[in-house]
Amino acid sequence: MAAPLTLLLIVAVTIRAALNRSSLAELIAERVEVVSPITAWKRVIEGLALLDLGVSPYSGDVFHETPLIIYLFHFLVDYAEITFMLADVITAVALYMAVKDYNKQVFRKQKFSLEADRYPADCRELIRTPKEMYYIPLKVAMFYLLNPFTILSCVAKSTCGLNNAVIALFALTTIKGNVLLSAIFLCLATYQSIYPLTLCAPAMLYLMQHQYIPVNFRRASFWWFVAQYLFMYLGSLFVIVCLSFFLLGSWDYLPSVYGFILSVPDLTPNIGLFWYFFAEMFEHFRLFFLCVFQINVFFYTIPLCIKLKDHPVFLIFMQLAVISIFKSYPTVGDTALYLAFLPAWSHLHRFLRNNFLVSCVLLACSALFPVLWHLWIYAGSANSNFYYAITLLFNVAQILLVSDYFYAFLRREHHLTNGLYLKKKDGSEATLVLK
Amino acid sequence: MGLLSDPNRRRALISLLTRLNAPICVLCYFAGVCWFMGLAFEPFTLRTYMSENAMGSTMVEERFPSGERALATGREFAAHKKKVGGMPVDWLVKTMQARGLEVFTQSFSRTLPFPDENKERYIVKGTNVYGILRAPRAPRTEALVLSAPCSPGDNNNQAVGLLLGLAHYFRSQIFWAKDIIFLVNEHDLIGMQAWLESYHHTNTTGMDWSPLQGRGGSIQAALSLELSSDVITSFDIVLEGLNGQLPNLDLANLFYAFCQKIGVLCTIQGKLQRNDWDSVSGYSHAVQTMMLMVMKQASGRPWGDHGLFLRYHIEAATVKGINSFRQYKTDVTTVGRLLEGIFRKLNNLLERLHQSYFFYLMPSLSHFVSIGYYMPAFGLLAVILLLRALDLWVQFANPPAVTVDGVADIERQSSPGVLSVLTPLVISHLTGAALYFLPTRFQETAVEHFPVSETEAVVLTAIAVYTAGLALPHNTHRLLSGEGTEQGWRVLKLVAVLYLAVLLGCTALINFSLGFILALTLVPVAAFVTPHVPKTLSAVILVVLSPACTLLFSVFFFQELQEMPVSFQDGWLLYLSVISQGMLDHYLYGSLVYPLIALMVYPCWLLFWNILFWK
Repeated sequence: MAAPLTLLLIVAVTIRAALNRSSLAELIAERVEVVSPITAWKRVIEGLALLDLGVSPYSGDVFHETPLIIYLFHFLVDYAEITFMLADVITAVALYMAVKDYNKQVFRKQKFSLEADRYPADCRELIRTPKEMYYIPLKVAMFYLLNPFTILSCVAKSTCGLNNAVIALFALTTIKGNVLLSAIFLCLATYQSIYPLTLCAPAMLYLMQHQYIPVNFRRASFWWFVAQYLFMYLGSLFVIVCLSFFLLGSWDYLPSVYGFILSVPDLTPNIGLFWYFFAEMFEHFRLFFLCVFQINVFFYTIPLCIKLKDHPVFLIFMQLAVISIFKSYPTVGDTALYLAFLPAWSHLHRFLRNNFLVSCVLLACSALFPVLWHLWIYAGSANSNFYYAITLLFNVAQILLVSDYFYAFLRREHHLTNGLYLKKKDGSEATLVLK
Repeated sequence: MGLLSDPNRRRALISLLTRLNAPICVLCYFAGVCWFMGLAFEPFTLRTYMSENAMGSTMVEERFPSGERALATGREFAAHKKKVGGMPVDWLVKTMQARGLEVFTQSFSRTLPFPDENKERYIVKGTNVYGILRAPRAPRTEALVLSAPCSPGDNNNQAVGLLLGLAHYFRSQIFWAKDIIFLVNEHDLIGMQAWLESYHHTNTTGMDWSPLQGRGGSIQAALSLELSSDVITSFDIVLEGLNGQLPNLDLANLFYAFCQKIGVLCTIQGKLQRNDWDSVSGYSHAVQTMMLMVMKQASGRPWGDHGLFLRYHIEAATVKGINSFRQYKTDVTTVGRLLEGIFRKLNNLLERLHQSYFFYLMPSLSHFVSIGYYMPAFGLLAVILLLRALDLWVQFANPPAVTVDGVADIERQSSPGVLSVLTPLVISHLTGAALYFLPTRFQETAVEHFPVSETEAVVLTAIAVYTAGLALPHNTHRLLSGEGTEQGWRVLKLVAVLYLAVLLGCTALINFSLGFILALTLVPVAAFVTPHVPKTLSAVILVVLSPACTLLFSVFFFQELQEMPVSFQDGWLLYLSVISQGMLDHYLYGSLVYPLIALMVYPCWLLFWNILFWK
């Protein structure tokens, strides 16, 4: 399997290098769908310039990345292009290995269940075979590397690529069962953009499952593990925050990075839901709706955790999707990360109901973004409502996609316990209806 | 959510859509065409009205007195133009300075990618002269432009004369709150392009020009004047700009309002408006006017010197004085008063024109159709593509036993390789790229080996590449991936149909007319093509409905609309010149129609051609 992966990496890097050298690179770097006020490379350069002048990079209202990023690029600014390609490659390889490991476990678990005769007899066709699972990791890497969204993001040098790499490494270390590294990468991801905080829950669920600790609130071992994990997580967060403080010598970055993410002062249009809403709103409702919008990201953790507590990896996927839809400055790079997981759930395809609709809408929206932007900003004939309508449609399609996968996953689990061909009480064939 | 989550209702809906697919598609097509034709019917249109408050209720008086003097200046200009054999720069500078303007000149040069045979130019060198009247009443942050072209021959001398006369008169008024720039541009659009690029510090087409020495504020609106006779019978307004962009409707309203006030006949597309909308001839007159607008907009070229302003978010129009055989004539003083009135109203603007519509079609100058009314016509055509795609998807996802709910799903047929879909896609796009790049690259080679001029070489190469594309792709994909499977063409068609839908949708948003005309011809192709229809007949239909033939028909149709029908021979020559003009528009001004057709629409059409010859 190493050869196709290597080939894939070479192809992906070639595409990126070619695009980087074409005149398109500049155009892409300006697109609001690809870069947000936080991740824009232009702003990182500005921050670096300020840093070189001995001024705090956070003075002024341009730079909003974290101190670690700016110190990383302080050394790597000449190799930025390679750094971003490397980040993409790391993400892809990490996802590849993670999914491979995960598939192995899924298969083992399935084998035990089969041996224990736990599945109903008519569920044969739902059982996953090694043959169909063989290419999944490669497909995951391909979905990430060859996704136009990722390519655009990488060519634009959006720091989103680095965040994705950290999150992918977190997924890898979690699935490998390494508690300490998992906590450290999670803390790095949180440090970068706050929202991955919600990934804490699936990580703990997974690691407990890995170590055969029952998820039971009355058990001491449960609380002991939670305490351990949180200690590692918060400890490394503390270390990293302090490190940032010592690097910069001030706490400037806290309001400028996290305040910026949470209070959404920059209303540059993007593919998210915030900008239009907050641009239109009366000022005195702002705080209230800010809370409502931000809670949206965190709130789904609880019901999803309860429903998916036996399937933490699927929960990670769901959480990533929720984050990328509801975060305050989303870019297509965030979308690309969770889309990369889709091949891992290819066994759910038979239960998906709206994939045609969703893929059509996503495709159309991707084409319409630049068109409506042109009409609004350059031609001046359309206005922001046109663009926001497409944003809204894009997000509805994403939500539909995610909920469809959620439904399909639960449906498959249901069939695995109750049998594939459900019967009503009178013996006629029944259908499942989601209400 | 009921429809999306309830499997029974979904199944009912989808089986309905697949069972009645063909009739629904036919119905949609005719409904779309009928809707479009209905747009010109007056009860379905809206009356134009002034939306901008600053221009609506305020009264202005027009007092421009010196039409005769303007004509005399025009004659003087003509004499100097003849003497110099081009733009009389020194004389213009002197005259403008004498009228109290700040005068600047700008020189520019441009080598065309290939000679323009219509206007007989290849290496263009010229000078623009412009004078700025500084606003006495406001900080000079905004400006208006009045331009007149310096045309070869005896054209537009009166326009320059009137421009100078107006400059003289405006100078003595104290109410100007915006700078007024009087621009005399040489080589029509090329000069205008040079001036605008320099004014806005951009260079999109690689033209050489000297930087502007003086600037006004940001330009709010511009009028371009064309006037070639001492008296006129009517005034024509031209709105269509680059890539089918239109100025804000309020500009047309303003023009119309002043023509009414002063009592000058005004036309759009050279057509007077008529009051007998309920008669057949009245309706056909309105249809003719609207179709002319649609054809002009679809061509994507600027139809007057104003066309390039629109790119910079400046509302602009060209006003043409027409002298025909009508009895009632209007003298230049009245024309001057009309322009004065328009400029005074524009001067009152507090913000850019934005209140009224930007997307509209005009069946007459007093009526318009807005985007909300004309988009359904396109939508009805586009929905056919989606219905076909849905049909294909259902066939593909659930072979014979149709189940939407996954339960009874039988084993899938082996899905076709990515290669069998990717190869035609790549090949047809490469052909498209060849169509885009080859004609200009190989003109020298072609001229060396064939007895043709450069322009002919370019056009004929384009036609040759286009025709060669028909032979190429469907032969190669079979070599690469073996015999095409049943599933293979279905997937390819699904991809092609969705591609076409997205492509046409985006085109229609930017340039409705182009999108609609393309949809009119390409949608039937996309809907009916399968490998199982009779080959020869379908191939003929496909060629007839291909983009190039659409263009050919459009040329004849346009001539017909203008009441200047041409013989087939002349039509063919016109067709060739239209192709070369289209390419020149792209290389000179950045019109997008040629690259759109070559790089996207043509490859998309080739995919359908491919499907026809799948086996």
